[in-house]
Amino acid sequence: MKLMIGFAIIIMGVGIWGLLTRRNLIKIVLSLSIAETGLQVLMISIGYIKGRTAPILDSVVGITDAVHKVVDPVPQALVLTAIVIGVAVDALMLSYVIRLFAKKKSLDISDYRDMKW
Amino acid sequence: MIKRALALTVALLLVWMMFDMLINWNAPKDLSGVAREYVEKEPHQLGAVNVVTAIVVTYRGFDTLGEVTVLFLAATGVAVLLSRRKKEPKPGKKKYRPASEFLNTGTHLLSPFIVMFGAYIFLNGHLSPGGGFQGGAVIASGVLFLFLVFPNFKLNHLALNWLESTAGASYVLVGILGLLLAAGFLDNRFLPLGHYGALLSAGAIPVIYTFIGLKVGTELSGILENLKN
Repeated sequence: MKLMIGFAIIIMGVGIWGLLTRRNLIKIVLSLSIAETGLQVLMISIGYIKGRTAPILDSVVGITDAVHKVVDPVPQALVLTAIVIGVAVDALMLSYVIRLFAKKKSLDISDYRDMKW
Repeated sequence: MIKRALALTVALLLVWMMFDMLINWNAPKDLSGVAREYVEKEPHQLGAVNVVTAIVVTYRGFDTLGEVTVLFLAATGVAVLLSRRKKEPKPGKKKYRPASEFLNTGTHLLSPFIVMFGAYIFLNGHLSPGGGFQGGAVIASGVLFLFLVFPNFKLNHLALNWLESTAGASYVLVGILGLLLAAGFLDNRFLPLGHYGALLSAGAIPVIYTFIGLKVGTELSGILENLKN
């Protein structure tokens, strides 16, 4: 799973780079979302164990020997939470963007210097 | 230019910080600690086939309650931010181009099935991959379909708000019932565990996930409608 972890780290790096360099507000929101996706892939791949299946103990996996057949369920539960929170945060940020655009008709972040010191 | 170099440095520093973990990564060979406990004892304790569901709804139930609260706060925030905007431009009866025949027929045909599929996902959350959040998202995608095809489509806000608040209050109520009748808050064992693998099994987990599914579905639909206006 080293490959997957490396991939996830690269996605996070791309997201953070976009967060710091983009000037378009919507692209900033998108970059945060990309970084978040990288983090989620990273968490899932940490819980992965080679050659095992999803933690659903149906008739194929069976209850008795499940410990040796399934991957770690805890990171998956955490990522489920993270995805939902991510959606909520994205929706809230996009509505801020809509409000800002309605005020100044601009999506460029350098037009919003009122709070800068 | 210097700003860009600085940004690149920060991003690379973060990647490098993680890179250390990648180099020294040795893949786990076996479940350890709390994960092992969960997988070993969950079928006898809670009786849910899907271990992730058991963790999300019962073992880490507080976390999920907080998550639902965060989603509710975000939906409220979106509503507060976007509903004030409506006063400024008064579009009146705006004429939209009607959707094409394909979209029209497709929506009439598919939207009941999409909502049904969402309900299926959250009812089977303890048996198969899926659950309340995923089912709610599917239901909201059905509502999005309606918004795309009928631009003047309005949700019934009274019914929506009632459904959302009732689902949220019932979720907490089920948690308190677990506190009174079983071992602790959000314990699912005050209802019989039933036959392992049946639809009506795992105590209160399907009940809780139904409430979560309804709540998430109505909240996401509300967010979509606010974003549409």
